[in-house]
Amino acid sequence: MSNSEQVSSPLLRVQELRTWFHTFGGLVKAVDGVSFDLAPGEIMGLVGESGGGKSMIGFSIMGLIDPPGRIEGGRIEFDGRNLVSLSEDEMRGIRGKEIAMIFQDPMTALNPLYTIGNQIEETLALHTALSARERRAKAIEMLHRVGIPQPEQRLNHYPHQFSGGMRQRVVIAIAMIAKPRLLIADEPTTALDVTIQAQLLRLMRQQVVESGTSMILITHDLAAVSQMADTIVVLYCGRIVEKGPAEAIIARPRHPYTRGLIDSIPHETAETDGPKPRLSQIPGNVPDIRRLPPGCAFAPRCRFATEICRTTDPVLAEQPAGRSSHPHAVACHHPLAVSP
Amino acid sequence: MFGYTIKRLIQMVVVLWAVSVLVFVMMSFTGDPTFMMVPLDATDEQIAQARRILGLDESHLVQYWRFLSNIVQGDFGRSFVFRQPAMTLILERLPATLEIVFLAMVMALLVAIPLGVYAGANPKKPASRAVMAGSLVGISLPGFWLGMVLIFVVAVKLQWLPSSGRGPTTEWLGMRVSFTSWEGFRHLILPAITLSVGTLAILMRIIRAEMVEVMKQDYIKFARAKGATAKVILFKHGLKNALIPLVTVFGLMLGDLIAFATLTETIFAWPGIGKLLVDSIYRGDRPVIVVYLMFVALMFVVVNFIVDVCYALIDPRIKIK
Amino acid sequence: MAAPHPLSSAPVPSRLQRFFASEFFHNYRRNLSAVLGSLIVLGFLFMVTIGPFLVSQNPYDVAQLDLMAAFKPPAWLAGGSSEFWLGTDGQGRDVLASIVYGSRISLIIGLVAMGGACLLGTTLGLIAGFYGGRLDAIIMRIADIQLSFPSVLTALFLMSAFGTGLDKVLIALISVGWVVYARTVRGSTLRETQKEYVQAARVSGLPNRKIILRHVLPNVLTPLIVVATIQVGTFVLIEASLSFLGVGVPVTQPSLGLLIKNGFDVLFSGLWWVSIFPGLFIMLLVFGINLLGDFLRDELNPRLK
Repeated sequence: MSNSEQVSSPLLRVQELRTWFHTFGGLVKAVDGVSFDLAPGEIMGLVGESGGGKSMIGFSIMGLIDPPGRIEGGRIEFDGRNLVSLSEDEMRGIRGKEIAMIFQDPMTALNPLYTIGNQIEETLALHTALSARERRAKAIEMLHRVGIPQPEQRLNHYPHQFSGGMRQRVVIAIAMIAKPRLLIADEPTTALDVTIQAQLLRLMRQQVVESGTSMILITHDLAAVSQMADTIVVLYCGRIVEKGPAEAIIARPRHPYTRGLIDSIPHETAETDGPKPRLSQIPGNVPDIRRLPPGCAFAPRCRFATEICRTTDPVLAEQPAGRSSHPHAVACHHPLAVSP
Repeated sequence: MFGYTIKRLIQMVVVLWAVSVLVFVMMSFTGDPTFMMVPLDATDEQIAQARRILGLDESHLVQYWRFLSNIVQGDFGRSFVFRQPAMTLILERLPATLEIVFLAMVMALLVAIPLGVYAGANPKKPASRAVMAGSLVGISLPGFWLGMVLIFVVAVKLQWLPSSGRGPTTEWLGMRVSFTSWEGFRHLILPAITLSVGTLAILMRIIRAEMVEVMKQDYIKFARAKGATAKVILFKHGLKNALIPLVTVFGLMLGDLIAFATLTETIFAWPGIGKLLVDSIYRGDRPVIVVYLMFVALMFVVVNFIVDVCYALIDPRIKIK
Repeated sequence: MAAPHPLSSAPVPSRLQRFFASEFFHNYRRNLSAVLGSLIVLGFLFMVTIGPFLVSQNPYDVAQLDLMAAFKPPAWLAGGSSEFWLGTDGQGRDVLASIVYGSRISLIIGLVAMGGACLLGTTLGLIAGFYGGRLDAIIMRIADIQLSFPSVLTALFLMSAFGTGLDKVLIALISVGWVVYARTVRGSTLRETQKEYVQAARVSGLPNRKIILRHVLPNVLTPLIVVATIQVGTFVLIEASLSFLGVGVPVTQPSLGLLIKNGFDVLFSGLWWVSIFPGLFIMLLVFGINLLGDFLRDELNPRLK
């Protein structure tokens, strides 16, 4: 997807976003100075370990940050409008219609007391002037498109009558039915069976590609992202440590953290009968985000860390090497050499 | 559904049987009713004869058996005081109690649902905190004392409403009721308010707690992500989920109202079954106490059965097995 | 293993210091209603212990009563006397003094009955949860049936069977109050006995009594704190209701509820202070207890946070 060379204005431009939580234990800088662009039709993977503030970027864009959380600063420009400064009412018109979101757990995202037909049509009722009959027809068509058999009957069923995978299809249908221009998928397959995960990722990719929707795929699963995304943003402790075109990041990671994430993916070659390479793990755990060490947050877990890493924040800088239309940037004092 | 009904019916009978045993055991404690029946200067001969007539000379097991078979046949004995079938006394006074209980329940629901929903949906707002503080006062005050305050302020000082008695009644669906006439309704107001306050406060807290819990659910956030209006989120997605558990407390609520009606009716000299019970306890009128107990037990059991069926009808997740 | 903490050379904080530094204490201090609730409760405890020495008369010592001082209104009303702040009743008893003595009886009943109900309910709950089987079934069925009846009604029937008396009120309250402990304790006991350390203790042949006391009991107590706190308030209210109906405490040991009943008879003549003030004190006491209970529930039950 990264082939289009034309410099179109981005659909979404996030600049210096800071979303902080004021808790008893201290200030949690869940999102701390994050910037990225998303072109129309682009699929971006937002990757990091759990607790890294990935979801909060999604909720910040949706304007769904609840106290004690707050957007402290930065801009979220969507189609030229700064979402941060919009009123709740204006934001409501954008949610579901322009920007839709898919949640992690399909078992809890659907209201148990309403039929799925009701819940799919609700989005249309909120954002369109369609008649009840038209809404129903659209809902049936949408269910069909997300691969739910016998949609006419299934429309009248309640969420508890569906399996987890089927429910997530329903959630995708709800998100996509108003033809949003941006879809934020927050760990959409994490709660599901491994065998269903790939199916659903394919389905989502197919849906957004067909309708030209941009997508932010929030996940800790770099393997899933590498198959789907055009660009990848790697997040660590609320900050971007590396971003760039997906192939470049997967093939030539420059940040030791990204490298660690890639090395912990089970290789696809594992399917062949050859000797399985040992999976490496990043040593240590994500630090307490309320008490980050000075300098690079990754330094305590990093093999290559030196004195400067423990004192000075690294700056996210474009790497001159391998320059392309999509810049590859990394925030590291000792970026890895491009391996052969 | 049929199997479930049968199962529940059997359960109901077992509960009622257990209650009958408890009632019987307790009544055996209360001392000898013979002395209620005989003159103060009765000879031993006369006392013994009275005991024979009452069946008290036989073993407890035989007495219980007689007690149970009488109950099953609908014979609860006669009131020692009124010389009437105890059941008749209860049924005569039942409409008066149902009237204030029903009105109190309606008032409690009408006030508690909107306030509880508001406080639950906006837990941080000052108005919600005020509502919660008010409800805490409501569960902390003795209801009968509140009734006395109302009597003193509204009836004695301001003389707006009557302080006691039932006022004129009219025939309605075969019952004598007061709410059909203005004067009768005026008599109804203070007892109903007094009775409703405790239930109202508890209901409000339950609804608020449910609402707080529901508003944290993913489906609420998902509805917000759909762009749903505050109204849709609150009333479509929030309220219905919060109110379902309310159905289950309906039985408890009714129980509380019936129980506290004994106090309310005593204060307002309201001629319902609650006042009958208190009077009968004073007079040691054992058959009336027994009927009251069995009757109230039956009522609770039936109401709880209806509640369970309603619950299954409202919540699609529940299947009656 | 974790790296040595840079501050590990600092003196270990005492238990009390840890408490003052804890989130619990932090939340407590910031929670106005929790502070208010404990102040009210402390005030009552102070009143029932020291109060009798501070009030002008012992209302149940007939020698100290003066019939000439009967039905005096509160001090700030016309005809009131500064000697009787809250007025007097028909026997010339100081209403405030009656309230001090009455609060003592109400509070003692509430606390003792709570203790009894807690002991009985916890024991039965532990037995039901630990041993299961038929014993469990019987205990829990009784609890179910009892729960379907309102406590006030059950207590009223028990009192009508027993007759009035302080001891009988206690028995009645304990009989209606044990259920809630039994259910809570049984639930947590079931959860606790599933855990490995209890299983291990069982396998190692530790006698059941020791397992229950040493391993299960300490782990099921926390939720009871909230139940017990709120129950004291509930018991004060039930006792007041029973005494108001005349089947509670005897007239020689009047609780706040009985004071209300005694004042009710003269309410219609406009002598409101005899009954309204005792009710106000019940409300204040139970309100304080409930404020505290609410705070404890929010703090000790993480599900609600």
